[in-house]
Amino acid sequence: GCAGVLERSREQLLRQTCEAVVLGVLHPRTAISLVLQVLSDAGSLLSCCLNAACMALLDAGLPLATLFCGVTCALQPDGTILLDPTARQEQEARAVLTFAIASSERKVLMATTKGSCSVEEMQQCLAAAQRAASTIFQFYRDSVRRRYSKC
Amino acid sequence: TSICSRTVEPLEYYRRFLKENCRPDGRELGEFRTTTVNIGKCLCSITTADGSALVKLGNTTVICGVKAELAAPAVDSANKGYIVPNVELPSLCAERFRSGPPGEEAQAASQFIADVIENSQMIVKEDLCIANGKLAWVLYCDIICLDYDGNLLDASVFALLAALKNVQLPLVTINEETGLSEVNLKQKNPLIIRKHPVATSFAIFDDTLLIVDPTAEEEDLATGTVTIVTDEEGRLCSVHKPGGSPLTGAKLQDCITRAITRHKEVKKLIDKVIKSVTPK
Repeated sequence: GCAGVLERSREQLLRQTCEAVVLGVLHPRTAISLVLQVLSDAGSLLSCCLNAACMALLDAGLPLATLFCGVTCALQPDGTILLDPTARQEQEARAVLTFAIASSERKVLMATTKGSCSVEEMQQCLAAAQRAASTIFQFYRDSVRRRYSKC
Repeated sequence: TSICSRTVEPLEYYRRFLKENCRPDGRELGEFRTTTVNIGKCLCSITTADGSALVKLGNTTVICGVKAELAAPAVDSANKGYIVPNVELPSLCAERFRSGPPGEEAQAASQFIADVIENSQMIVKEDLCIANGKLAWVLYCDIICLDYDGNLLDASVFALLAALKNVQLPLVTINEETGLSEVNLKQKNPLIIRKHPVATSFAIFDDTLLIVDPTAEEEDLATGTVTIVTDEEGRLCSVHKPGGSPLTGAKLQDCITRAITRHKEVKKLIDKVIKSVTPK
C-alpha cells in the first residue's frame, strides 16, 4: 500500500492552513515548527489536530490573521448530519467532511471530504460546521481567559 | 503606464492582466487549456501495460499505466481486490523536483488519487475478486508526470480514468483439482467502471479571485488552491482545499458549479476517444 502517504497528506493540509493564517512577514528568516503527536484516536482526528494547532499557535503568541477551528461532519446513511463523530460513526457514515473555519466571517480555510455526497448535503454540512465553529471559538476564549487568570 | 517585468515583479505583471479579466497566455479566468488524451497501445505506446493513457492539459503532460496482477485477498476483506495508485514527479518534469524518494507533493497527490478512487467508487473492489478468499486482482496504477506546468491533479485523475477504461482483464479460473489459477489470455473483458470522476482545480489570487486550470507560474503566485471532483450524477466525490486563502460558502459553490460544467466536457471527450479506439 501507501504507508506514510496519509500522514504526508495530512501534514500538507495542516501546514498550508497554518501558513495562510500565521503572519509570517513579521518573522523573517524564522522557522515555525509545529509538532502534533496523536495520543489516542477516537474519531474526528483531523479537526482535533486543527484545534490543537490553533491553540498552540495562540499559546506561542504568534501573530495570526484569524483564528481557525476544525469541525468534522458525518453524513449518516439516513441523511442526518452528525457533528464531531466517533470512529464508529465515521465508519458507518456515507460521507465524512472536515472543514477548517476561520473566525473572521466564518470563511472556509480548509476542506477535505471522504465518501461522496450531493452538493446540497455539502452546503448543509458547511452551514452546520460554521454554526458549530462559534462554540469552539468560545471554548478558545474561555481556555485563554482561564490560563491568564491564574498567573 | 510603467514597464512591469514578468521576471522581476511577476505578481504585479499578473495583476495587470487579471484587472482586464484575462491571463498572460490569452485565456479568460474561467477558460481551460487545450485538453488532449491518447489511449491504448497504439497511440499511448506503453506496450507492457494492461491499460494506458496520455493526457495533455496545455503543457502539463501526465501518463498513466495500469498493470493487473494476481494476489491473495486480505484476511479481513476476502471478497475484495486491491487498487494501488502511485503518482510520480520525476526530476525531468520540472526543475523543482529532485531525484530521490518521493517528495511531499507526489505523496499528497498519490493520497488524493487513492481518495478519489475510494470516494467515487469508480471501481468497486468486490468486482476485482476472482475467488473469495483465494484470488483477486491487484491494479497497480502508475501516474507519471512528464512535463509539469500546473494542475497536476486534474490531469492525473483524467489520465487514470482514461487508462482504466482501456484495461482489458483476461478471464481467470481456478482449477478445482489442482487448486491453481488458469489465465485465459484469449478471452478478455473490460474493467467495470461504475463512475467517471473528473477533477477541476482552481487557484485563488489575492484572496478573492478564482482562476481555473492554473499553470505552474500561476500556482506559484496564487494564495491558495481548490480542487473539486464530481461524478456524472453531479455528486461531489471530493472537495480538496488544502489551506490557503479563506473562501466563503458562496465562492465554494461557484467552484462546484463550474466543476459540474467541466465534467460534461471531459466526459464527452473521453467517450469520443474510447469510441475511436474500440475495434468495430
